[in-house]
Amino acid sequence: MSLFKLSRTAGVRMIKELFIGQFLHVTKATHIRGPFFKYLRPLPQAQVQMLQGFKWREQRLYSTSGPQDGCKEENDPKETISVTFVLKDGEEKQIQVPIGMSMLEAAHLNDIELEGACEGSLACSTCHVIVMDTDYYNKLEEPLDEENDMLDLAFGLTEMSRLGCQVIAKPELDGIRLAIPAATRNFAVDGFTPKPH
Amino acid sequence: MALFKAREFLYKGFSTFATNTKICVVGSGPAGFYTAEKLLKALPNAQVDIIDRLPTPFGLVRSGVAPDHPETKIVVNQFTRVAQHQRCSFFGNIKLGSSISLLDLRDLYHAVVLAYGAESDRTLKIPGEDLSGIHSAREFVWWYNGHPDCRNLNPDVKATDTAVILGQGNVALDVARILLRPTPELATTDIANHALEALQESAIRKVFLVGRRGPVQAACTAKELREVLGIKNLHIHIHEADLVKSPTDEEEVKNSRIQRRVYELLAKAAASGPPHSDAGRRELHFVFFRKPEKFLSSVDKKGHVAGVRFEKTVLEGSIPGKQIARGTGEFEDLECQMVLKSIGYKSVPIDGLPFDHLKGTVPNVRGRVVSNMSGDSIQLEEGLYVCGWLKRGPTGIIATNLYCAEETVASICEDLDKRASSSSFSSSPKPGREGLIRALDNQNVRVVPFSAWEKIDSAETRLGSLKNKPREKLTTWEELLKVAME
Repeated sequence: MSLFKLSRTAGVRMIKELFIGQFLHVTKATHIRGPFFKYLRPLPQAQVQMLQGFKWREQRLYSTSGPQDGCKEENDPKETISVTFVLKDGEEKQIQVPIGMSMLEAAHLNDIELEGACEGSLACSTCHVIVMDTDYYNKLEEPLDEENDMLDLAFGLTEMSRLGCQVIAKPELDGIRLAIPAATRNFAVDGFTPKPH
Repeated sequence: MALFKAREFLYKGFSTFATNTKICVVGSGPAGFYTAEKLLKALPNAQVDIIDRLPTPFGLVRSGVAPDHPETKIVVNQFTRVAQHQRCSFFGNIKLGSSISLLDLRDLYHAVVLAYGAESDRTLKIPGEDLSGIHSAREFVWWYNGHPDCRNLNPDVKATDTAVILGQGNVALDVARILLRPTPELATTDIANHALEALQESAIRKVFLVGRRGPVQAACTAKELREVLGIKNLHIHIHEADLVKSPTDEEEVKNSRIQRRVYELLAKAAASGPPHSDAGRRELHFVFFRKPEKFLSSVDKKGHVAGVRFEKTVLEGSIPGKQIARGTGEFEDLECQMVLKSIGYKSVPIDGLPFDHLKGTVPNVRGRVVSNMSGDSIQLEEGLYVCGWLKRGPTGIIATNLYCAEETVASICEDLDKRASSSSFSSSPKPGREGLIRALDNQNVRVVPFSAWEKIDSAETRLGSLKNKPREKLTTWEELLKVAME
């Protein structure tokens, strides 16, 4: 437990360095890679997407001119976006998520209880979130077959369901609201008919 | 909701009572670990002990999940953190019912949660089922996953040209994939070495996956199906005629996303061109609408299976999702040298535990074990709970246990809460862990704590790294206990 906490705090620190301290002079990419890549190692699918975001950030880190440089399309580039999680008990928690980070990782860094059994490797459905607004849902990339395969098995699937590990923060998603589906207490009684093996 | 209320209650005004709530979880698979994790969170002062029959934790994550699905096994990281929690302990090599009785265990703890899964198999009860060459898929899976109880299964893949798998669920697909995947692809997984060596000499060319109903009712999921359809150099055979949907089928497909996607994959595979016969290639046949009637015995090899007689079926019933297969009286033999029955697991009852032999589960209400259900009144076994397959039957995925555990833990919290306010026996101190260790010591049981599992873990990882495998599993009780006790 404590180990996990430790690595999470390390992660937070790194993110701070990355996203707040973008003027930091980082001479070796390995400095940044440490904790991030440790976390990302088993994440084939997410890795690709995260890496894209990551390279972009690296560029920015290396760039000597201002932060505007890395983001050509956006007139008003933001390093983070605001994301609201609606927790299982209905409570809402708003957090700032760095561009390029998955909602699963962001939730964990902010102590939001979102399960992530396979740690973002697209092998489970535990980080299932429901996008609460159609407009935002439509701004997301289409789910891959692999994500759909997992969503098939998600508990309480809706039309607006996605896996938290596959929703990657980008500027257009600023203000997105994500609900973590609650397991109804009568799980075994109604609504759930187990499939035969 | 009640869980949160209970938790809040315990957090706020109850620090005195909860200091020593002792809970024991039997079984360290996903159901056991999720239960433990949720208990630790919900009851800030509870001590949770997880015991397991094996010296190794993680249940089916270790011995069920296919070796070529390493991502699915990542969840052990989370379970390891639970086991290392300061209020949690793992003790392996403890068999409930022989190392310690359920009665004694319940005396030692305020609550006992049984999450020991399903370690037996459903049977077909048809003639010839005990012929050699017929195995349950569970045994076969345990064999390739290095479970010490199936180390010596020795399925004769060397002398098998055709294997029949009965069932079309994910376990059936896993088994088919392991039989058909090129072994170099398996060599870098954590597959048991004895299984890899056997499969490298496998003569299996054809595998039949047989189901009683149609492609719409196939019980597998898209991921597993996609994988098996994508195996290199494999011909997929599906009769186009089987893909014709009845109006009820159409309705089923419309109502179920998962069935729709599975059906579409099968239809696509069937349409992707007739296989040109190409001698060396392996074949996978999906056979629908066939129900096994009897196993045929070999003439030359006495006592060995030589085939399966199937009865053709048609679907009956017009309620979507409730169609059943009815025999037509028309039979067909399929020659084979090996049969793997993948028709479902079954839990094993233990002394002193109410058990529904028909369903193969423990009767329960939201995880509370029911001792007597006569008429309207339900009698509960105080302090006894179930979770996972023992509670709801052998279906679902790892994540299903999350919700299952949430429900059981909510029940436990409610009950502890109730009993504490009525100050009945349960708020009195219980020996818990110390008592357990003492009792096991008296029985001369060699307990394997989590630190000893970590020795096994690092030995396996070390052995694996020599062969470019994530781990080389120790597959006998002797080896496991030897390394654990070093």
